[in-house]
Amino acid sequence: MKFDLVIIGAGPAGLAAARAAIRAAHRTGQSVAVIDDNPAAGGQIWRGSPQIPLPAEVRFFSQTRVFDLRPGFVVETDSQGSIEASKLILATGARELFLPFPGWTSPGVFGAGGLQALVKSGLPVKGKRVVVAGSGPLLLAVAAALRKEGARVVGVAEQAALGRILPFLRRYPAKWPQALGLRARLLGVRCWNGVWPVRFEGGVVSLSTGKKVSVDYLACGFGLVPNTEAAQLLGCRLDDGFVAVNSRQETTVPGVYCAGEPTGIGGLDKALEEGERAGAAATGQPIVRGRTHSGAFVRDLAAAFQLDARLIDLAEPGTMVCRCEDVTRETLQGYRQWREAKLLTRCGMGPCQGRICGPITNCLFGWTAGSVRPPLVPVAAGRMAKTDT
Amino acid sequence: MIKIRCDGREISVREGTSVAAALLGEGNLELRRSATGAARGPLCGMGVCMECRVTIDGEAHRLACQTLCVAGMDVKTL
Amino acid sequence: MTPSPDVIIVGAGIVGAACAYELAQAGARVEVLESGIAGGGATAAGMGHLVVLDDNEPELALTKLSVSLWHELAKTLPAAAEFWRCGTLWIAADAVELAGAKAKLDMYTRHGLAAELLDERQLYEAEPQLRAGLAGGLLAANDAVVYAPVATRFLLEQAKARVTRTTVANLDELKSGAVVCATGSLTPALIPELPIRPRKGHLAITDRYPGFARHQLVELGYLQSAHGESGESVAFNVQPRPTGQLLIGSSRQYGVDTASIDAPILSRMLERAFGYMPGLRDCRVVRTWTGFRASTPDKLPLIGKWRGNIYLATGHEGLGVTTSLGTAKILAAEILGRPSPIPPAPYRVERFHD
Repeated sequence: MKFDLVIIGAGPAGLAAARAAIRAAHRTGQSVAVIDDNPAAGGQIWRGSPQIPLPAEVRFFSQTRVFDLRPGFVVETDSQGSIEASKLILATGARELFLPFPGWTSPGVFGAGGLQALVKSGLPVKGKRVVVAGSGPLLLAVAAALRKEGARVVGVAEQAALGRILPFLRRYPAKWPQALGLRARLLGVRCWNGVWPVRFEGGVVSLSTGKKVSVDYLACGFGLVPNTEAAQLLGCRLDDGFVAVNSRQETTVPGVYCAGEPTGIGGLDKALEEGERAGAAATGQPIVRGRTHSGAFVRDLAAAFQLDARLIDLAEPGTMVCRCEDVTRETLQGYRQWREAKLLTRCGMGPCQGRICGPITNCLFGWTAGSVRPPLVPVAAGRMAKTDT
Repeated sequence: MIKIRCDGREISVREGTSVAAALLGEGNLELRRSATGAARGPLCGMGVCMECRVTIDGEAHRLACQTLCVAGMDVKTL
Repeated sequence: MTPSPDVIIVGAGIVGAACAYELAQAGARVEVLESGIAGGGATAAGMGHLVVLDDNEPELALTKLSVSLWHELAKTLPAAAEFWRCGTLWIAADAVELAGAKAKLDMYTRHGLAAELLDERQLYEAEPQLRAGLAGGLLAANDAVVYAPVATRFLLEQAKARVTRTTVANLDELKSGAVVCATGSLTPALIPELPIRPRKGHLAITDRYPGFARHQLVELGYLQSAHGESGESVAFNVQPRPTGQLLIGSSRQYGVDTASIDAPILSRMLERAFGYMPGLRDCRVVRTWTGFRASTPDKLPLIGKWRGNIYLATGHEGLGVTTSLGTAKILAAEILGRPSPIPPAPYRVERFHD
């Protein structure tokens, strides 16, 4: 299968890119495909309810995982074979940052976005006691969504102090309606700032204030990590862990564009803007000048929700850092870099391919994970062998 | 509503429910055992953490959070 | 001021580490210089298969000595080194290969090595996942596997060697009683005159499928790949890891210096594996990687004096982990002026001088 443009990711950035790209396709006949690993379009934040419909002319490959990307371009997928593309837009989004604390690997502890995703995939939470904790604008959105589904949100614990968040909000009046709306939907829910979980045991969350809360579920995530693996595999340059792009969303690899969280954590509006720009640029259309969600916004957002230094000390020596291979914090002490630790402790050798433990070791020890090789996701050996040669 | 089997028990779920949501919804929070035998369940909900791996229709290491329930599906945990 | 070491070893891979260990046992003060991660080169990339190979007498002598040394060392290796006497099961695809297996059995028996010929039924009993239609196999029961990076660290710790992170540009600048060059595929940068060529290999590892394979499995045609001179070749190798993961190899390529995955050759390698174990098709691959073997024209390593006070312990092709211990014994014997455990002549660099 061959397309002029393949968009990887059907979240807000990918859908905005598809919509923009199709405008050109009407004139030029360019073919556009979108690939996503979920059963439907929407990505994470629009799971189950995409706010931009997939254009009818776009070929959509759902439940499809990309495991390799080769120059030319060839997109190797687990269930749809090899897909050729003249241009690529990487709209691969972000995943949650987890930080270890005693009990974080217990069943019943989910990511904040993680629990929301499960709820949107049919998990009933009516009457369930939930604490939402960690960091980032996502927490309030998750708490509001859970409440809407009938959960008893006992509290929201944001590690960032109000003293950091309020000045950020003051600088961005455009975000006030969103923030106020969220706060309104959470009236009656306790919201704590400068508070985080220190332990989860026997269904009880212990908070940094000493308070103990019994819950059915703990929804805890400490921010977002960009999914840059596809870009890295293609050889795109990263700056500070994000995919480097110019004002046309072009990466350093000709023909490869990137939009949304992988270029900088900036939320929905940034993803929509960049997706629109990438879709237009990749199909030879004029692009809208001016970036309202520029580097300054990304930097200010990160500063507002910067992680408290005490969070890296929550993990005890026996606390798991690598969940796939059960490698504890104390086993990792003393190694100077990711690859050395990986070779000698197995940390990062599991099926998550370092996506969970890599960012943790970056926070705890300052390590950066190494080069990316295929497969991008675990894939049947038989499929891996059938690459077009 | 569709019926699937989880560890020998028949459960009823709405169409469009993921296997992970179905298992959790039944109160089954423990889906697998870690490398050293600890009970684990879904974490990230988006197919990244690999903690929701279960055996579906005889195939091991399927991601429960990324797999929709299909009538007659046979799911085995732990 | 610390006295200069008796021996400086350049390269903290398993060969360098084994040499450090052996020399330290004899009382030498050893320093090891490493430009990257100790045990992080070919040592980390390979399968860690401890095998007696018999393509020629010197290879047989060196691997036989080394495997018995590994069994001795295994008594003190830490659990994390994952030493496991799983044996090698050499697979005969047809009657011709089975005849070759019989010849191998005779050789093993002559040398007092535990070996057993398996017919088709016994082969499937031993390894139910093998495809139908194979002729039989040879079980070399004394072969084993080890996780080489951990074994490397163990050897360095036991040697109490000082390991210094540095890149050596010129061996002559090193001041010591003896200097050992154990730099594997990076040797050409230090001694360009040596007939060493990097030979790239690929490996893939799957998720956990406990019980899928029970021995290190190798096709009898493996030696054609290893000892052949063709630009590109693959051979069937599968190793069950203690975790239940399956390690799949092997490939060989000359003249490629990028470490990136070569999709066509990875495909060839996997397809060859499926030809022996069809069930592997459904096993999920979690990681792939490459490494560079140090290859000499006759596939035997270079062990012994080079010139002046510089010694060689390099060029081990795909047998570096196995023969690291035997290499160390031979090299230490020469440096210390003691009798060599096996005749050292076949491994000396002079064999390449016209």
